[in-house]
Amino acid sequence: MKNICKRFGDVVANDHISFDVERSEVHSLLGENGAGKTTLMNILYGLYAFDEGEILLDGQPVRISSPHKAIEHHIGMIHQHFMLIPRLSVAENIILGFPSSKPPFLQIKQAEENVEKIAQKYEFHIDAKALVSQLSVGLQQRVEILKALYRKTDLLILDEPTSVLTPLEVTALFKIIRRLTQDGLAVIFISHKLNEVMAISDRITVLRKGSVVGTAKSTETDPNQLANMMVGKEIKLSLEKSPARMGNKLLEVRNLRAESRQGGKPILNHISFEVRGGEILGMAGVDGNGQGELAGAIAGMFPISEGQILINAVDVTHLSPQKRIENKLAYIPADRQRVGTIMDFSVADNLVLKNFRNSPFSKWRLFLLEKNIGSNGGQMIRKFDIKASNGKVKLSSLSGGNQQKVILSREISAKPDVLIAVQPTRGLDVGSTNYVHQCILEHRGRGGATLYISTELDEIIAISDRIAVIYEGEIIGILPGGENIDLEQISLMMAGISADMDTHKSFESSPKADPLKS
Amino acid sequence: MWETIFSAAFLIDFAVSTIRMTTPLAFAGLACTMSERSGIFNIGAEGMMLAGAFTAAVGALYTQSAWIGVGIACVVGILLGLLLAVLTINLGANQIVSGITINILSLGLTSFLARVIMGSAITQKLPVLETWSIPFLAEIPIFGKILFQQSPLSYISYIIAIFLGFIFFKTTWGLSIRAAGEHPRAAESSGINIFRLRYICVIISGVLASLGGAFLSVGLVRYFTENMSAGRGFIGLTIVILGNWHPLGALGAAILFGAVDALQLRIQTFNIGIPYQFLVMLPYVCGLVAITGVVGRSQAPASVGTPYRKEE
Repeated sequence: MKNICKRFGDVVANDHISFDVERSEVHSLLGENGAGKTTLMNILYGLYAFDEGEILLDGQPVRISSPHKAIEHHIGMIHQHFMLIPRLSVAENIILGFPSSKPPFLQIKQAEENVEKIAQKYEFHIDAKALVSQLSVGLQQRVEILKALYRKTDLLILDEPTSVLTPLEVTALFKIIRRLTQDGLAVIFISHKLNEVMAISDRITVLRKGSVVGTAKSTETDPNQLANMMVGKEIKLSLEKSPARMGNKLLEVRNLRAESRQGGKPILNHISFEVRGGEILGMAGVDGNGQGELAGAIAGMFPISEGQILINAVDVTHLSPQKRIENKLAYIPADRQRVGTIMDFSVADNLVLKNFRNSPFSKWRLFLLEKNIGSNGGQMIRKFDIKASNGKVKLSSLSGGNQQKVILSREISAKPDVLIAVQPTRGLDVGSTNYVHQCILEHRGRGGATLYISTELDEIIAISDRIAVIYEGEIIGILPGGENIDLEQISLMMAGISADMDTHKSFESSPKADPLKS
Repeated sequence: MWETIFSAAFLIDFAVSTIRMTTPLAFAGLACTMSERSGIFNIGAEGMMLAGAFTAAVGALYTQSAWIGVGIACVVGILLGLLLAVLTINLGANQIVSGITINILSLGLTSFLARVIMGSAITQKLPVLETWSIPFLAEIPIFGKILFQQSPLSYISYIIAIFLGFIFFKTTWGLSIRAAGEHPRAAESSGINIFRLRYICVIISGVLASLGGAFLSVGLVRYFTENMSAGRGFIGLTIVILGNWHPLGALGAAILFGAVDALQLRIQTFNIGIPYQFLVMLPYVCGLVAITGVVGRSQAPASVGTPYRKEE
């Protein structure tokens, strides 16, 4: 791609970008959210048209006017949000749009066989008849990869492929990518995750605000250099934490139990732990082991059948979320867009979502005082450096990172005692992630307690004072944080094996231990 | 009374009538299935049916050929389908409102034009589609009379149901249609032209609905009255749900409604003292009961009702 320019109105998304990739190479596009990586690749795949520049395949100029054309040129793209039809089977999804050998008849049996053959060639297993809706996220991604392979792709574009995968699934994906490059494919890997880019790429190109900052061989650079290129200023990658000054038990969870709707194993089973003031308890675990439900239970949104929840020694187990908020609980939910905010509301309104009934935002708990809400919005935007032109814009127009800032500023300004954060940095770029961590550390410094739930092990290890591991709704163990973390022990715990032999769970009986088996 | 009901004569007559009542409903159901499978509600099926009934009548009247009347009704079906397509696909208008617009347009125009063209006399003798007896099959005792001595449009409705079923599930076109109805963006990224596909499906839907209407005026009763379709287009929407969006299911659901409709007409003649209004309600009540029974087991194509906008 040479000198590609793309404008959306006034915004220059791609500014004279030149980029190339060779066969058997993984060339990563690294950059923050909004840097222009996805736009550039959408141009390559025919979803957008460029304003200036040219695209050459094997030295020949080409015009790619639609995904159909891109597919004809053997270009495949796997989007961040999968383009799969849940109600159709794997085979049906793969042959969708693909001309049949005996048109117009659908050769499903043949397709199923071919699909399974290709999968075997790359050493993974897929049931071609299964409905996509029945597959785990990692497997769905494999279906996307199979779609590309079925069409004999030469150039594969992966857009943020690891944002939905667990650590184990990421490793499996990288194995597949290496196999693909060995077979001669060219792979473009879009990401904002430094470690992954370093691990998988041959070359790395950093984009910032629509332009190329530089290209380097992965062997000749390091994460710090890359981070600086991405952000344009010095960014500290490691978190500096002062030693914990522990206060009282601010959050105590006793024997929590929540039943599953299908009967059988409970979603939360005898969960007990406590978090003191000035402490961050990290909760590690593969996604789907009850973390979301635990957070919901503490916030008052997920029903429990047994147990107690105490905030600062007050029993809030039967209190509504509103009352828990009054007891100084703050909650940053995993679902930013549906649970954490109201996308259609303005930024200012979102900032007062929890306390709009109180003065100064309302009079007599009945009338809204718009002026105060507005000025509060303006203040928060300045104080927390939220990139929004003013408080009146709709929240949906903000980037993911800024939406998260809105949630953070709302929760933290209330000066809570207990903060529950679920995946607070998911989908955020380096700059925003750093910001979130700093906010949480400040809260810790002020004596607040934090329960930090995440699937990113590195993050948990960096930020937590103690680390708990959750597996199938139970706390397998709690380890002290610090420099002497035994990674192997934590990985085993995440798979359900605790140091205590009595509670050993074997690999065969727990399918979650190996998410690669469907 | 009971001896009458269980007599062979009555039952056969009832079955024949069922098929006759089923045909317009089948067309309506197939029309709505076609449209909804691609992702567009066709609430306007009622109006398209009415327009089909009217145009077939007028066409037959002027050309003295029922078949040409049917042909003209098809053209009108294409036009109305095109209208719905432009509104919902190109302009992204609310599909339900667009459909209702077509219904109101159709009701008004047909009622007005009927008076103008066919005079104040509401009933007109029109050339009609003669029933065809299929040569060998009609001789089968009982079933021969029921199934194979019907109007040609009835046969066409079975064939179309089977044909559409085949298309949806055994061809690449059908796969593309189903994909477009579930997740148009994913389908588009596989190279499918969503706009073109939806246009074709909606236009076919229009043709099917107006064929159903044509059957009413030129295949069933030999005249046209105001609002002749009498809500059958709306029943079509119910039929889609009952049939779980499968053309053969739609046919089955249509037979159910047709049977109940045929039944209530006959019960009226028994004079058992039930006000006829209640009997007329019977098909609709059945529909309600059937729908609640199907709740949770029937699944609509996921993107139906949402206009599809390409990313820039």
